[in-house]
Amino acid sequence: MSVSSSSADLPATASARPAPEAPPSATGPAPDADSPRLILTLQQTPTVPLEAEVITPDRLAGLDPAGIAALPVFHGKRRCRLDDFFRIDLSGEPHRLSRGGLQVEVHGDLSRVKWLGRGMSQGRLLIYGPVGMHLGAYMSGGRIEVFGRAGDWAGAEMTGGLIHIHGDAGGQLGAAYRGSNTGMRGGTILVDGAAGMEIGMRMHRGTIVVRGPVRDFAGLQMTGGTIILLGGAELRTGAWMVRGTIIALTPLQLLPTFGYSCLYRPTFISLYARFLHPFGITLPNGPRDGFYHRWLGDKAVPGKGEILIWEPQPG
Amino acid sequence: MLRIRGGRVYDPANGINGEVRDICIGEDGCITATLPSEAPVLDVQGCVVFPGGVDVHTHIGGAALNFARGMIPEQHRRAVPIYRTAQRRAGLAGTTPTTFATGYVYAGMGWTTANEAAVPILSARHTHEELADTPILDKTACVLMANNEILLDLLEQGEDERAQQVLAWYLSAAKAYGVKAVNPGGVAGWKWGKDCKGLHEPVPGYRQVTPARIVAALARFCDQLQLPHPLHLHCNNLGAPGNVHTTLETMRVLDGYRVHFAHLQYHAYGGDDWTTMSSAAAQIAEYFNTHPGFTADAGAVLFGTTVTVTADGPWQHLLYQLTGRKWGNLDVENETGCGVVPYTYREKSIPNAVQWAVGLELLLLINDPWRIALTTDHPNGAAFWRYPEIIHLLMNADYRKEQWLKLPEKARARLVLPELTREYTLYEIAIITAAGPARMLGLPHKGHLGPGADADIVIYNHSDAIEQMFAHPRYVLKKGVLVVDDGELRASPEGRQYAVAPPYDPAIVDYLRPLFQQYYTISFENYPVAAEHVPHLEIVEPVTGPAAATTTGSGR
Repeated sequence: MSVSSSSADLPATASARPAPEAPPSATGPAPDADSPRLILTLQQTPTVPLEAEVITPDRLAGLDPAGIAALPVFHGKRRCRLDDFFRIDLSGEPHRLSRGGLQVEVHGDLSRVKWLGRGMSQGRLLIYGPVGMHLGAYMSGGRIEVFGRAGDWAGAEMTGGLIHIHGDAGGQLGAAYRGSNTGMRGGTILVDGAAGMEIGMRMHRGTIVVRGPVRDFAGLQMTGGTIILLGGAELRTGAWMVRGTIIALTPLQLLPTFGYSCLYRPTFISLYARFLHPFGITLPNGPRDGFYHRWLGDKAVPGKGEILIWEPQPG
Repeated sequence: MLRIRGGRVYDPANGINGEVRDICIGEDGCITATLPSEAPVLDVQGCVVFPGGVDVHTHIGGAALNFARGMIPEQHRRAVPIYRTAQRRAGLAGTTPTTFATGYVYAGMGWTTANEAAVPILSARHTHEELADTPILDKTACVLMANNEILLDLLEQGEDERAQQVLAWYLSAAKAYGVKAVNPGGVAGWKWGKDCKGLHEPVPGYRQVTPARIVAALARFCDQLQLPHPLHLHCNNLGAPGNVHTTLETMRVLDGYRVHFAHLQYHAYGGDDWTTMSSAAAQIAEYFNTHPGFTADAGAVLFGTTVTVTADGPWQHLLYQLTGRKWGNLDVENETGCGVVPYTYREKSIPNAVQWAVGLELLLLINDPWRIALTTDHPNGAAFWRYPEIIHLLMNADYRKEQWLKLPEKARARLVLPELTREYTLYEIAIITAAGPARMLGLPHKGHLGPGADADIVIYNHSDAIEQMFAHPRYVLKKGVLVVDDGELRASPEGRQYAVAPPYDPAIVDYLRPLFQQYYTISFENYPVAAEHVPHLEIVEPVTGPAAATTTGSGR
């Protein structure tokens, strides 16, 4: 299991790690080698959170350097310019900053920068350093990679695309915002480190994979989708779940409102295994890899969700 | 002083149908017959001039609406923000606009008067404070009476005379304008976990009192007190398939009284259950058309997400069970009940499709536009700022057909809408949006452009894009002040609060005081809203003469 990156993992180490190739279905076409790149480097750490939802390939594509520099960001309640906080470097020809092919790199300690990649639908966003809350919220396509840790609410209410966090993630991963009926409706979130509370809260479709341990209420009130927990979970996993699947490779302490169904080897696990293989994630699915205990719940709702807990082959 | 020159004027209360004429506004903000020739001129040639809109049934302030605002952060996130400028405060539009935004959005659409239709007496102070912060609009408020225990106890004992005195005192105490009845007896039953389905069955906890007895008594009190607005009635069995029988029976019980039937759309369904629910708009309209003492508002539904807020607690519990979404249950300790449930009307749902059609059918089948007002029971059927969509549906039968063709085939078979080809004229739109509701409310200086009327005027760029035309007026004037100019808010004057002060026997206070000390948790002295707590309060005198003849009936 990979150790979570910390804020010390900054560009030098992070960029040395090759980004795994995702299957085409999850990412769309990868940008070609000489596709234009836009590099934003945080010059000064904001004293209060900086809301920078303009940093998405959608918003930045087609702009010239002056246009990019003038984009609005909010420092607390004050409206500022993007170049008040970021140095802007363009490689490739600006006029080729077309939609689809744009790759945006952001460097620095972004732990107080919120809403990066909000609502993005295409392109790539590569973040070298820790990043703040609401990363990739509402995103519908494209790909975000974070070489560092991410704050709470990453991928909240997303509908498509891929978020790969190489460090730890916060809570409410792919969750529904307070009051909303539905959290993520599609797409994939991968976390190499640990994650916090209420991951996948009210999720309806899509996949969340966490290598490290997660905290309480994973899959709270989920109505669909899949959560794969490679490193275990704390309490009340799957509470109020109505539908959907939680797969755990370690024993879990389950709520008493889950009923035991059977020990079996679900055929669909091999599809997930093949989907996740390019990311270096292995799901036991072979004939000698053991079985899964299937638990059904949450019967307090009552719901028809399932929690699958891996039982390794003895001996 | 201002002369509005050259517009085509639609002023149905004065029989003016699209004539090009000048409208003169005097120094006092009222319309006058003549002005000196040097008076400033606003040239509106080619434009259409309407009286400012009047909303006879809406929910724009008070504890329940505020609770709804708090319950739907997910809808506020999608709402249009209103930023602060020199003329206006910050706020949010959306399904339940904030107080100041409510005034701006109504005025931005050309509406200048609104009736807050459901105020519990205990929450009257809160409601008046919110309404005071709702600028531009002139407001009236109806207080909830049909489930008030003190009143029901008096009806049980047959003390109708004293009940009427109590009602008159309540109206004065709450600085209210009219009497609202919501699910009479049913909400009282809700406190026992029950409802009142039958009009002639006793209310839970009572032997003599039935919903029929309550509505008849309240309608009689309103008439005897000569209130400008008749009983404002939300019938029993709202929203339930087959409730047409309850509604028709209520109409029969109330035959001969002046009554305003609120959001009639929700009370005009046939069928036995959700799978067989159908439109019964034709039956309702047929009965309604032959009873000139009745008025109604449509309570039309548009597809989309909104939040339902009503004093009808038992219905809201049912709606919560149907949706599985959030549910707020409040005011059960109050003189009423209340439920709040976010709801999405879906085109694909057969019951929702029926609801959508019934609202339009009633507007099209009730042949006297003076007796049916345009409302959506904001925010229950849709937010009030979607009225232009309904106007478009009413004025263009081809567009209407396009829309109903999208409904599920199963639903279409249960409607009369496909057979209706009537198209509203601009004159009729002016009636259902302004002249009619003003007359229903009994506000003689509203809803028309004759001398003496308040200069609440809306001026539209005439266009075939009906929705666009009504959503974005060229100018809006309130009491002679230009408030909206081409979509920009120019001024935000505070509106007036109309109330009635019917006479009552002062001895009734001695009757109520001990009851209060026994049953209420606030002291009697803190219960009434003092006049100085209601800014811009204006007391409206009782109507004189045969009330039914002056406030209802078609034409002048």
